[in-house]
Amino acid sequence: MVIQPAAVRSRGGDEEGNVVEKEKKLLGYYPGCELRSRARALDISARRACQSLGITLKELKDWTCCGGLVAQVNDNYMALLAPARVLLGAHAQGFKELVTLCAFCFNTLRRAAFFLERHPEARRKVATFLEVETLPQVRVLHLLEALRDSAGFDRIRESVRRPLKGLRVAPYYGCLLLRPAQEIGLDDPEEPTLMEGLLGALGCDVVDFRSRTDCCGSYHIVTNQGAAAQCAQVILHSAADAKADFLVASCPVCQFNLDWSQTGSGNTGMPVVYFPQLLAFALGEPAEALGFDGKGAAALNLSAYAAKEEALRESS
Amino acid sequence: MSLLLSLRRKDGLAKEVAALSEQNLYACYQCGKCTAGCPVASIMDDPPHQIVRFLQLGQTDKALKSDTPWACVGCLTCAGFCPKGVDLARIMEALRTVRLRRLDAPFRYTQEDGEWLSNLPQSAVVAAMRKVTW
Repeated sequence: MVIQPAAVRSRGGDEEGNVVEKEKKLLGYYPGCELRSRARALDISARRACQSLGITLKELKDWTCCGGLVAQVNDNYMALLAPARVLLGAHAQGFKELVTLCAFCFNTLRRAAFFLERHPEARRKVATFLEVETLPQVRVLHLLEALRDSAGFDRIRESVRRPLKGLRVAPYYGCLLLRPAQEIGLDDPEEPTLMEGLLGALGCDVVDFRSRTDCCGSYHIVTNQGAAAQCAQVILHSAADAKADFLVASCPVCQFNLDWSQTGSGNTGMPVVYFPQLLAFALGEPAEALGFDGKGAAALNLSAYAAKEEALRESS
Repeated sequence: MSLLLSLRRKDGLAKEVAALSEQNLYACYQCGKCTAGCPVASIMDDPPHQIVRFLQLGQTDKALKSDTPWACVGCLTCAGFCPKGVDLARIMEALRTVRLRRLDAPFRYTQEDGEWLSNLPQSAVVAAMRKVTW
């Protein structure tokens, strides 16, 4: 299978047929701890996908922990220090916007920024503790909205080299990408369309399934595995009932919970992949480089898909 | 009689929780949509809407003894469902905070948890440590 390198494809023509260079975009990028360890596939595939779309993710230097989850009581200033420190670092390095991928980081940073904007007393105390005059305003973005706004799903559709036709995908949002809606405002909390738009642009058959905004059990995996497994099983069965080939997640914790709860008797055989993996694959990146390896069914399905597609091309 | 007395809101816990969570506990009219939507209601001692009722009625002991706030993982499904705009997850966190500040938690990590913890996503571990223990 011959796939043109991204740099060549990126030249498009304007209406008069003149070659125009694709707009280059540089965005500040905060990977977070998970993307440097267990969820490396998410980091690698996102970088590759963005690169071939002409977006450079410039990693924040010396980033620190986002803080896990934001406190939901109004006097827990300690819990604001970690996210405030990240935002401060982003501003010092000249970024007005910061792209995140992990749903924990995204939710924590966005909510902390929202809280600090509206609570002057907290802002003052946190600034004093961090020994700065004021806390800067930095927009926290999720890669999904960065892709929508910087590249646009239509341009992504045009850049697709390997349309994932016939691949039935179940986009799973979970909680942290969507809720609380008044603070996050990424998409409709009950009827989100962002991931559907992206996966649709890749040529996938996006299946409608009941549990796409349900909770995966989150940190119950630490404290109460039974509860986590119960939550994950509902989601897995819902996707299986919709006859999905893949459950597409964006959060490393969701991915872990959904994968882990299939290790025992509750195996629904549902591979859980990250949306940038499918995006990068559709844009023509080699499957081996996208971290599908060792993840069982996901890798097998994708290689089988690539082989089937190659056979089709050869025969035509 | 005791019901009337407690409705005069002499109880400090409801006030404390209301202040911490910035929620109006008395807006809740017990429709139970939060409980219906809660993905972990089945593992709770008391259904979530019952906790608000305890607070409304000044039943401090029951509110503080229940493990329900520890079952809540803050997915905010309830907050989305509530017809009165009450963010129940904040109330749960406020209750947890009150108890954690009194060094009273039903859950503590031990050395034996180490091996299991080392296999888990670290963001989940950090989140759990911050939310359910001190």
